[in-house]
Amino acid sequence: MRPFDQTLIFEKSTHERQASHFTFENFETIALPDTILRHDDPLLPEVSELELMRHFINMSTKNMGIETGFYPLGSCTMKYNPKINDELATLKGFTDTHPLSNDEDMQGILSIYHDTQKMLSTLTGMDTFSLNPFAGAHGEQTGLMIIKKYHEQQGNTHKNVIIVPDNAHGTNPASAVICGFKVVEIKSNPDGTVNLEALEAVLDDSVAGLMLTNPNTAGVFEKDIRLIADKVHAKGGLLYYDGANLNALVGVARPADMGFDVMHINLHKTFSTPHGGGGPGSGPVGVVSSLTQFLPNPQVVYENNQYKRIYHPHSIGRVGGFLGNTLVYLRAYVYMRSLGKEHLVDIGPRAVLNANYVKTKLKDHFNMPLKDYCMHEFVYDGLKDNSDIKTLDIAKRLLDFGMHAPTIYFPLIYKQAMMIEPTEAESLQTLDTFIEVMEQIVKEAKETPELLKTAPHHGYVKRLDEATAARHPILTYRQLKEKEASQS
Amino acid sequence: MGTKLYSASDEWILIETDQVSIGITKYAADQLGDIVFIDLPSVGQTIEKDGAFGAVESVKAAADLYAPIAGEVISVNQSLLDAPELLNEDPENTFIVTLKIDQLDIDGLMDETTYLNSKN
Amino acid sequence: MHKYFPQTPADQNKMLDDIGASSIDDLFHAIPETLKYRGTFDLPPSLGDFQLTKHMQEKQALNASLTVFRGAGAFDHYIPTVVRSITSRQEFLTSYTPYQPEVAQGTLQYIFEYQSIVSELTGMDVSNASMYDGTTATAEAMYMAYGITGKSTICVSKTLNDHILEVIKTYAYFRNINITYVEEKNGHIDLTGIDDLLQDTMGIIVQSPNKYGVIETYGDLSDKVHQHKGLFIFNREGQALSLLKTPKDEGADIACGDLQALGIPLSSGGPYIGYLATNQAYIRKLPGRICGMTKDIDGKRAFVLTLQAREQHIRRDKANSNICSNQSLNALAVTVYVSALGKQGIKDVTQACLNGAYHFKNMLLNTGLFEDVYKHPHFKEFTLKYLGDPESLNILLRQHGFLGPVIQKNEMVTFAVTEKRTLEEMQAFVGVLQ
Repeated sequence: MRPFDQTLIFEKSTHERQASHFTFENFETIALPDTILRHDDPLLPEVSELELMRHFINMSTKNMGIETGFYPLGSCTMKYNPKINDELATLKGFTDTHPLSNDEDMQGILSIYHDTQKMLSTLTGMDTFSLNPFAGAHGEQTGLMIIKKYHEQQGNTHKNVIIVPDNAHGTNPASAVICGFKVVEIKSNPDGTVNLEALEAVLDDSVAGLMLTNPNTAGVFEKDIRLIADKVHAKGGLLYYDGANLNALVGVARPADMGFDVMHINLHKTFSTPHGGGGPGSGPVGVVSSLTQFLPNPQVVYENNQYKRIYHPHSIGRVGGFLGNTLVYLRAYVYMRSLGKEHLVDIGPRAVLNANYVKTKLKDHFNMPLKDYCMHEFVYDGLKDNSDIKTLDIAKRLLDFGMHAPTIYFPLIYKQAMMIEPTEAESLQTLDTFIEVMEQIVKEAKETPELLKTAPHHGYVKRLDEATAARHPILTYRQLKEKEASQS
Repeated sequence: MGTKLYSASDEWILIETDQVSIGITKYAADQLGDIVFIDLPSVGQTIEKDGAFGAVESVKAAADLYAPIAGEVISVNQSLLDAPELLNEDPENTFIVTLKIDQLDIDGLMDETTYLNSKN
Repeated sequence: MHKYFPQTPADQNKMLDDIGASSIDDLFHAIPETLKYRGTFDLPPSLGDFQLTKHMQEKQALNASLTVFRGAGAFDHYIPTVVRSITSRQEFLTSYTPYQPEVAQGTLQYIFEYQSIVSELTGMDVSNASMYDGTTATAEAMYMAYGITGKSTICVSKTLNDHILEVIKTYAYFRNINITYVEEKNGHIDLTGIDDLLQDTMGIIVQSPNKYGVIETYGDLSDKVHQHKGLFIFNREGQALSLLKTPKDEGADIACGDLQALGIPLSSGGPYIGYLATNQAYIRKLPGRICGMTKDIDGKRAFVLTLQAREQHIRRDKANSNICSNQSLNALAVTVYVSALGKQGIKDVTQACLNGAYHFKNMLLNTGLFEDVYKHPHFKEFTLKYLGDPESLNILLRQHGFLGPVIQKNEMVTFAVTEKRTLEEMQAFVGVLQ
């Protein structure tokens, strides 16, 4: 009998059960003063080990994963997470080392840090990377701090504006604001590329930088990028590269060559580290040589045959407790060492081939704002033949076929946006199956639209009441108990 | 019966003899979707013309509320705190705040026809 | 070909035919030739799985395996096997953020249970789905206070762990927030003149147990903070929450810290996991992801990410934080760990750490080489004055396989003792000194 009812572990608890077994040293029992201790009885689980395992294993079966099915999520690069990465990340020398050990006692991990940032540098053309930021957004924040510090050091504190295209991901303007910048949004062209007139209109002496992703959020390569870079640089500004879409370019083109000065990479996208249901990721920040002094502390250098952590006096400072998400970039290191020189360069070409194949096969059914070849992802703007069926309905129906929905309603410039990114990891057979399923859904949209509007049908739950969840939030077990008590 | 005018940022004002009430238009409510929360100003607070005086959140969006007219807040619609969905049910007749105003500066505000045309 | 790349040359030719392109290079024609990289990449050659495994085993051997008597934000606790059994499930490990809740009820349920646990441990009404780590969670608490009060100065106790202080400093500097530091006296926050310091600020950040391991007492500090219309931000590492009077009962408005001690290995520094919890009044000011309970259209209980309108992807430049993710898998690890230990197990392990710390402290004092200057109550970390050169002490200890105490100023040294430190290890440690 499978528990479909989503009972909480607290609700399964029975007083005095325990799912762990400890024996301790025979030290004297210490009693701290009563006034500083807690005396309440918190609502914590009490289950046996078997109950614990059943609880979480059953919960896991309600989740999809990359090894369960295909995730065509645009801009998320949900590629396969190699098992050997996970295995090697559990080696005791990595899991059991205290981060405040001496440098001499951490040569294993420090050399991995150093070599990872070197590989990322050569792939992107940047001079150095810091692996300290914990996530993409954190990397953006770090990169913007570097830009601010650079301008301060130049004596240009009046440079306090960051330009962001209107189709940028929300983290871009948010990151700029929390770094003390003013944000100016510029309208993009219909294909999502930067409108040069709009850019010229706002490019003045107060501009600290421009944030872009390339290919942009519509999957189009910004072919005027060098011109854009020159214009921004001419005004003394810096160019920031949002690495969310880097997968298209690995082995093909390098952000530094396009004129970018600072960038971040999402290791959990481009370099196969697991998404973990939402984290932990890793957002390394890379810079050109004039900016290395500003990288967050500590930096890792190789001097006198030793890897060392150094604290640079011009650094923006510390952005996290220790050395970033170490066991995450360790996985990226393993991935890059497995592919090596021979295969890393194939990532971009293979990803772009897969995306164009799917785009071609489905172009008769969906509105395609962009006719040219796409990069690693492409956007559809709703069904050609049916304005009644929304992107949300198609997305939910896909779940019934064991596939995850693509990215929906982003970028905002297309009202019924559906962004599809197959990644290079998927086989031709998987792509063909996806295409067949989409064709089936297109057919259903004409013949049985209700099936889509009420999808999904085959999961553990159907469509959810998100409005009530936000109006009257129940966010903890205690709040649930209080609600149940007040209703009885 | 008072005069109802509309702002470009999708608020309406209803001008009555001694007070002005402000709400959001049906267009705004439809765009937002299921409204889940409203951030109301305090009674006694002064708000400026075109200044932000609160915010409305839906499941998928958030929007600031801009005052089409300046004044002092004399009442807020408390029932919206427990039932924000009232704004979806009848936005054109559900007030959010009422103001006491000094001068009637309706510069930039539209009548219903002009507003509805501007939305096309 | 490579095991991660399925498409064979025959597959690729077929695909190019269907697309109508002559080569893959053709697909990149939108990239100007001058921007296509035709140089070489300075990359090492590909390693087969066996070679790669050997390589990594050599690397891990270059990290020394030591008996750890140091904390400072990273603690050496025993982690039951069930934690990894669950976190290594691909459905949890490889899954995406639960934006399509119908295929992510597993993730959403453990986030709900995690939030419940953090709420119980801190006493606060609500918690979010986690932050990157304790240091950034504390900095984000500062941003919360800034957003709520509009005041641009914050008081920060100097007794906070150094790395937390550095991160707060970085975050404050770039957001034009001023810091007023509150001095320390005898290893404890010095609250003399605190009224003046609190004037016109967004509040204060304290940490207890602090960087010396000292459990601080605050008297009527929270009342004073509230009189000045500021927020009381309280940092505490995860395990200590189960022992001491809760941040809620201390009058905290925001509780934050790191939960690494509750189920996360030392990991050479990361990933760890920060928590951020607050009271009902500020629930919509909490950054990051939050999971709520709801029903589906059939009336079945379900979980969903909620209150998303606060988040950066919607508020954009009006957001008060840019955080876009959480430490999800680590939140699962914490949930499993706390569930495994259970109500009683947490008390027992915590008590064991407490007993071990005091026992070891007395052993050290009995050598005559240390002095108990602070004399404050402590938990698993404590600070003594070393009557000699601390650097030499740690070099000596290192030679015998020990990671010695953190060195503070004035020859003060801070030790950490967990349930893993045995009497035998302590005796060997003391034996080295004599």
